[in-house]
Parts: sequence; C-alpha cells; structure tokens
Amino acid sequence: MPLGRLEILTVLVLLSPMFWRGRSVPMDSAVFPCLHQWYIVRWPGSVISVQGAGTGGLVREDIVCESLESPLRLGLIAFSKSLLSSLRDLIPIIAVIGLFQAAVVRAPMPEVASIMTGLVLVVIGLTLFVYGLEMGLFPIGESMAHAFARKGSVFWLMTFAFALGFATTIAEPALIAIANEAAEMAVREGTVADTAEGRAGYSLGLRLVVALAVGTAIVLGVLRILKGWPLHYLIIGGYVLVMAMTSFAPPEMVGIAYDSGGVTTSTITVPLVTALGVGLASSIQGRNPALDGFGLIAFASLTPMIFVLIYGMIL
Amino acid sequence: MELIRELLEVLGSTLWDVAPIAAVLFGFQFLVIRRRIPHFTRFLAGFIFVILGLTFFLVGLDKALFPVGRAMAEQLTDPVFVHGVDAAAMQLAHHWTDYYWVYLFALAIGISAVLVEPAVLAVAIKANEVSGGAINITGLRFAIAIGVGVGITLGSFRIITGGDLQYFIIGAYLVVVIQTFFTPRQMIPIAYDSGGVSTSTVTVPLVAALGLGLASSIPGRSPLIDGFGLIAFAVLFPIISVMTYAQLARLWERWQGRHPSHD
Repeated sequence: MPLGRLEILTVLVLLSPMFWRGRSVPMDSAVFPCLHQWYIVRWPGSVISVQGAGTGGLVREDIVCESLESPLRLGLIAFSKSLLSSLRDLIPIIAVIGLFQAAVVRAPMPEVASIMTGLVLVVIGLTLFVYGLEMGLFPIGESMAHAFARKGSVFWLMTFAFALGFATTIAEPALIAIANEAAEMAVREGTVADTAEGRAGYSLGLRLVVALAVGTAIVLGVLRILKGWPLHYLIIGGYVLVMAMTSFAPPEMVGIAYDSGGVTTSTITVPLVTALGVGLASSIQGRNPALDGFGLIAFASLTPMIFVLIYGMIL
Repeated sequence: MELIRELLEVLGSTLWDVAPIAAVLFGFQFLVIRRRIPHFTRFLAGFIFVILGLTFFLVGLDKALFPVGRAMAEQLTDPVFVHGVDAAAMQLAHHWTDYYWVYLFALAIGISAVLVEPAVLAVAIKANEVSGGAINITGLRFAIAIGVGVGITLGSFRIITGGDLQYFIIGAYLVVVIQTFFTPRQMIPIAYDSGGVSTSTVTVPLVAALGLGLASSIPGRSPLIDGFGLIAFAVLFPIISVMTYAQLARLWERWQGRHPSHD
C-alpha cells in the first residue's frame, strides 16, 4: 500500500462534496437557510467546498453555510471543478488507449488530429453541460422533486414523476449517441432508408420509446416507495418479462434493447431521479431513505429493455 | 469553418432535445406549484450552458469517441496484427483465443473508467454507511470496476464467437436472482443501482463503438445483430460482483466473530 489510511481519508474528505453531487439529499429552505444562494460548506474550523444551491447532500448540524459576496469567483471555482471532473472522466480512457496504441499496436492512431479536436470538444462540452446542470437545472429540479414529494397529491406526484423521467431521458447525451449509432447500423443493413429523415426518424423513435419507458419506470418506482413493495420481486419479475419477450422480438432489436437499459441512466437522469426518490422516502413515515430511496435507477434500466422489445415487435 | 457549420447544425437539434426539460420544469412550476422560479437568470444561464455543452459534446463524440472505439476494434482484430504474418495468411482459421489483446483492452477500459467515476464512489460511500462499515469503500469500488471490466470482456468474447446475446444475459440474470436471496437485504438496492451508475457518458459511446467495430471487422458478424449488447454486460456484471462482495464481507465478518483475534 503506497498510500496510508490518513492520506486516503484526507483526500476523500476533501473531495467528498464533489462526489455527493449525484446522491444529494434535497433540503427544505427552513432546514438549510441558504438553499437558493451560492454558499460555502463549512466543517467546524475549515472551509471544505463551494457548491451550487441545493446540491449539498450533507445533512449535518455542525455544517453551516454562508453566502459569499462574489458569485463570480464562486462561479469560476465551480466551473474549474466541473472542468476537472470531465477531464478525470477522460484521462483513464486516453491513458489506456495511448498505452495500447504505443505498446501493442505500435502504430500511430489513424486521423489523430481530428480525434484530438474531438477530445477537446468532448471536454469543453461535458464541462459546460455539467456546470449548466448544477447551476440551473439541478437546484430547481431538486426543489421541485422535494415539493412534489411533500405536497401529498398522489396524482400530481405521479404526473411529475413521469414527466421528469421522460424529459430528462430525451436529453440524455449517451442515449442520443446510441440512438444515432443504431440508426446508422440500420441504414447499413438496409432496414431504414438512407436519407437524413430516415435516420432522424429511426433514432427519434427509439429515444421516444426509451423516454416513455423511463417515465413509466419512475412512476412504478414512486409507487413502490409509497406502497413499500419489496424491490427484488419487481426486478426479478421484470427480468422474467424481458426474457419471455426476447424470444418474440426480432433479433436485430435485441442488442439495442438490452443496451438501452444501460444508457438511460447517466448524467441528467440519475441526480434528479435520486432526489425524487430520497425526498419521497424521507417525507413518508416509516421509510428509510437509505433503503427506499434507491431502486428507482434499477427500474429505469429495466423498463427500457421491455419497451424497446415491444417497439421492435410492432415495427 | 467545417467545424463551425457542424456545431451550428447540432445546436439546432440540441435545442429540441432539451426543450422537454424546460417544458416540464416551467409547466409544473407555473401550473401546479404556482410560484415564480427562484433566481430565474441563473436558471436561464444554466440552461444555455447545458445546450452549448450538449452541442460540443455530441460533435466531439462523433469526432473522437466513436472513431477511437472503432479504430481500436479494427486494429486489434486486423489479421496481420493477430497472426503477425503477411495478409496472405487470411486463410488461417481464427480461434477466439487469438484475440487476447481485445479482451485485455476491454478489461482495462472497463476497470479504469469505473475507478475514476464519481457516481461509483458515491454509491460506495453509501454502501459503507448502510452496512455499518462492513463494506469497505475501496473494496466496493474495485468490485464494481472488476464487474464492469469482466462484463465488457465477456461481451467482446460473445461478439467474437457470435454467441446468442440472450443466453448470456439469461445466465447473468439467473446468477443475479439466485444471489439476491443470499445477499444482506440492505445491500440489494445498492447492488441493483451500481449497474446503472457505473456507465458514464464517456464510457457508453466508447464501449458501444468498440462493440460495433468488433462486429464489423470480425468476418461473419453483423453489426446490427452482434454489435450491440456490450453495455448490457457492463450494467449486469457489477450487480453480480457487488453482491458477491457483500456476501464475502458478511462471511468475513462471521468468521471474525467466531475466531476473535487474541492480540
């Protein structure tokens, strides 16, 4: 072990606010007085991190928040943090590919200049995307999720749950990428007309189906939290359904269907949906947010498979 | 110039992609909650950043991640590379063991991508809390990483051998279902979620491109039928590895309880 326990712990503590991003617990303005401002999270004695409103997931009495005079400076800090995290997503991949290219293939990467441009665009894009989400969408999305969880009207809660799942999935970048790629493959195999409309139609159709599926999944997951159904029976039931339907679906849709389960749950959907789940579980008596708040994501990666298989059968 | 034209084109479609989110947030805020959106300008600025970011990302994806995944698949399965002799040796029958560099690459990509994924660390911390410290944070991260790495490797093996995707998935499901009954109850939701969180926005396109590249360059495989499915493996296998890890952690705890150390 090159690193001692103390070092690892220090690094974890220093980085922890960043990692709470995806699993944050939305808080009431009453509990957390500076919800709608930029603030500093303080552990007794030392400043830990600067975060956007509503994204602080640490429910601890000894943490106080302070609004700061210069939002610009804080914005810059948040931005560079977002830049660092998108770089961190890419670096291991670049390292592995570089290593293989140099040591195994022993030839320069084809079209390396265009790939470099692309990588720069990916880093800029991810940075702006995540920064924008944390600045504008997550605070309001989380506070709305919480408001609906507290409101008590099951109808509006369900409607919101569905709309949230649907809308966030339509904009999910990984899904857009996979749907476009699937359209490209379908064109090559000749199942879809080789026109811009044919491609766009195919990929949009796929994305709409997956978005419907995620919306339904969130509704189901919310129902589960409300009723307290055990998660694993539902999941196992879903698996059985997937298996049964696979035998009736056209083989060229099976791979896409199975993959669509994994792509739906990334950048936008996970934080907002988790906020809804945890907010809901913490506002119902007798529910443990740590236990019941989870599982929405599992539903969201199960239903797209079923829906896309059905879509393949109808198509 | 070409790049700018491309960016503008994608920007147009991105506007439509994020429109539903705006509609949902505005709609519910005004019609149901009936309050003004707090800090509207910041919300708007955030939205503009999201649109710009998504545009850049999608263009970059087409220029970098997809070509890289495909190029790796093509280079590592090239007959000259695999057999090390001149291309006339194409007549040689390919055995699945000939592609060991592909498996190694798949394993390395899966493991390294998971180890830096913040969402995975968040899940690991949560699991550590829920289990009362029995689950080690680093241990769980490695469990998820190995799950994803093995998943992608097995997925590449399936593409190379041309096996039926559904049998692999059914097999994995069966393991998940059986393990569910032997896993500590509070770990089950975390294990199920760990599959979904381990695949990030960067890894998904890359892994998909790897699969499609493999299916197009291995003779006799169809990209549409064989090319997809790698992501499904990457989602399923961490569930198995996390449950295995939870069971081992409990066994270890029991063993410790039965054999207390005497120092």
